[in-house]
Amino acid sequence: MYVAVKGGERAIENAHRLLAQERRGDPSVPELSLEQIEQQLTLGVDRVMNEGSLYDRELAALAIKQARGDLIEAIFLLRAFRATLPRFGHGEPLDTGTMTVSRRISSTFKDIPGGQVLGPTFDYTHRLLEMQAEAGTAAAPAQADANLPSMPRATDLLAADDLIERSPQATGEKAVGDLTQDPLRFPAERDLRLQNLARGDEGFLLALGYSTQRGYGRNHPFAGEIRLGEVEVEFAPEEVGFAVPLGCITVTECQMVNQFRGTATEPPRFTRGYGLGFGHCERKVMAMALVDRALRARELGEETKGPAQDEEFVLSHSDNVQATGFVEHLKLPHHVDFQAELGLIRRLRTEFKEAASAVPMQEAAE
Amino acid sequence: MNTPQHAPAYNFAYLDEQTKRMIRRAILKAVAIPGYQVPFASREMPMPYGWGTGGVQVTAAILGADDVLKVIDQGADDTTNAVSIRKFFQKTAGVKTTTETAEATIIQTRHRIPETPLTARQILVFQVPIPDPLRYLEPRETETRRMHALAEYGLMHVKLYEDIARHGHIATTYAYPVKVDGRYVMDPSPTPKFDNPKMHDCAALQLFGAGREKRIYAIPPHTRVVSLDFDDHPFERYRHDDTCALCGAKDSYLDEIVTDDRGSRMFVCSDTDYCEGRRGDAGRTGTPHAEAQTP
Repeated sequence: MYVAVKGGERAIENAHRLLAQERRGDPSVPELSLEQIEQQLTLGVDRVMNEGSLYDRELAALAIKQARGDLIEAIFLLRAFRATLPRFGHGEPLDTGTMTVSRRISSTFKDIPGGQVLGPTFDYTHRLLEMQAEAGTAAAPAQADANLPSMPRATDLLAADDLIERSPQATGEKAVGDLTQDPLRFPAERDLRLQNLARGDEGFLLALGYSTQRGYGRNHPFAGEIRLGEVEVEFAPEEVGFAVPLGCITVTECQMVNQFRGTATEPPRFTRGYGLGFGHCERKVMAMALVDRALRARELGEETKGPAQDEEFVLSHSDNVQATGFVEHLKLPHHVDFQAELGLIRRLRTEFKEAASAVPMQEAAE
Repeated sequence: MNTPQHAPAYNFAYLDEQTKRMIRRAILKAVAIPGYQVPFASREMPMPYGWGTGGVQVTAAILGADDVLKVIDQGADDTTNAVSIRKFFQKTAGVKTTTETAEATIIQTRHRIPETPLTARQILVFQVPIPDPLRYLEPRETETRRMHALAEYGLMHVKLYEDIARHGHIATTYAYPVKVDGRYVMDPSPTPKFDNPKMHDCAALQLFGAGREKRIYAIPPHTRVVSLDFDDHPFERYRHDDTCALCGAKDSYLDEIVTDDRGSRMFVCSDTDYCEGRRGDAGRTGTPHAEAQTP
């Protein structure tokens, strides 16, 4: 009789065993290797590194495998691991201007110094399922000239003519915030907002960015530049006193160019929305740049009328590990509280019935 | 700190010592300002948000090698999430665990306060989903922080009054707001309001951890805790008017168990340890339990 609320321990163990079996699938089918995931599901790996906030392709591949391909679950695994890692300090700011570029496009100029470099993109593919692709080996791509010309950022060209606002430079006066070390407070400055967006759910940012394009906080964006490639990470240990290179990481950067009409003291010039992420993640960084710009409404004295411009709303709900946890926790038992609600409902219903049966008598009396 | 045998890759009780110190600082501040929500840099834990990450972090930060830990969910030690959290600390800290309220030095709980009165050598750690009692009245953190700072709690009284106007009762049955030490209005976590009086003048330290919302708050021992009410609508404790089918308790909070599809029900204690203690199960050690007080 009491079985319904007993036996939790054995149930959990059995569920874990069943999960392991389901994860493996049909044992006659070869098991996925981490190398296969890392090499062939690269964009999934990139997304998990981004929202998991940890640049480690191997661990991200392991997380994807362990999560049965559920990317949010994989992101969660990586985050939980990351939280236990010791901190040595902050890297030096990345210089994406010196990037070894593998893709770089600007939609604001027909041609720019360094040229438009399409790189590995889905953009101009026909989305037809390639039934025969399984067996075939792809033709080797054309080799580019090893000596690629330098590629100044398209937005730097606008900045040279003062047509776009300057990117804020690190002054060293104020340390860059870190919301994994200090809880986020409102109002939040742009460093923390960008960190939050970089860790934020791609789908959530995509929908918010999209909403600004449909009029909920419209900010007239142009994709000034999107670039993908390798940049060097440097770290300056205190005891050494100068920056030493740690290695290269692949990042995607989006500089959105947005309209701004100027104010009484500021001449009209374009403003920026910024997006940066690990690996190849154009959708993410474009959406991020749109939302970053939308969240600058307060700073630029714009009317806030769309959800994407609402800092507390956006930053409090962008984290999919938090969101999935709280939504899914409704699966946990709540019967103690429900019992209290049942008690109230029963009492209200009794009173309702009593009141209903009392009414005709009253009418009769009248 | 010594490293437990079972999970050598992690520190004692999982969290690194730096993080524990950060959490302890937040706890000290919370104890110093009863009922005030202290922001803290909550970490991602290896269980999901909503599963008790705040409580787990508080427990990890205060747990010592000689502590005896009890974990309950809905009042029971054997519910799946309680089992999972207890195993987590067995694995990462190797501490002794118990199901007996009187034997535990730290009790982590979700949704209940044990029926057995707590003592000065115990700490009760609550898992909290939404720490701000004003959140459902005002979604903005910037607003609610200001309201707490100014002790501007009129909105809460208006809400309770509207309940009475609409239903004839205060229609809040759990997570019933309290005022702590005459200053801060506090969310007791989603415990049924039956448990509210137990927080008042409690001998044990009560700590509240909200992981996703990154807040810690506390009720120090023997602090005044008052459930909000009106002179003409005083706070009422609710329990189903029945006795436990297993131990015959008339004073404990009861769970309703549906026993068939023809409307049959039985009522049993939600606090399984209290129930077992009253039945005097064989093999139980420890001190006999005092009857729970019904203020």
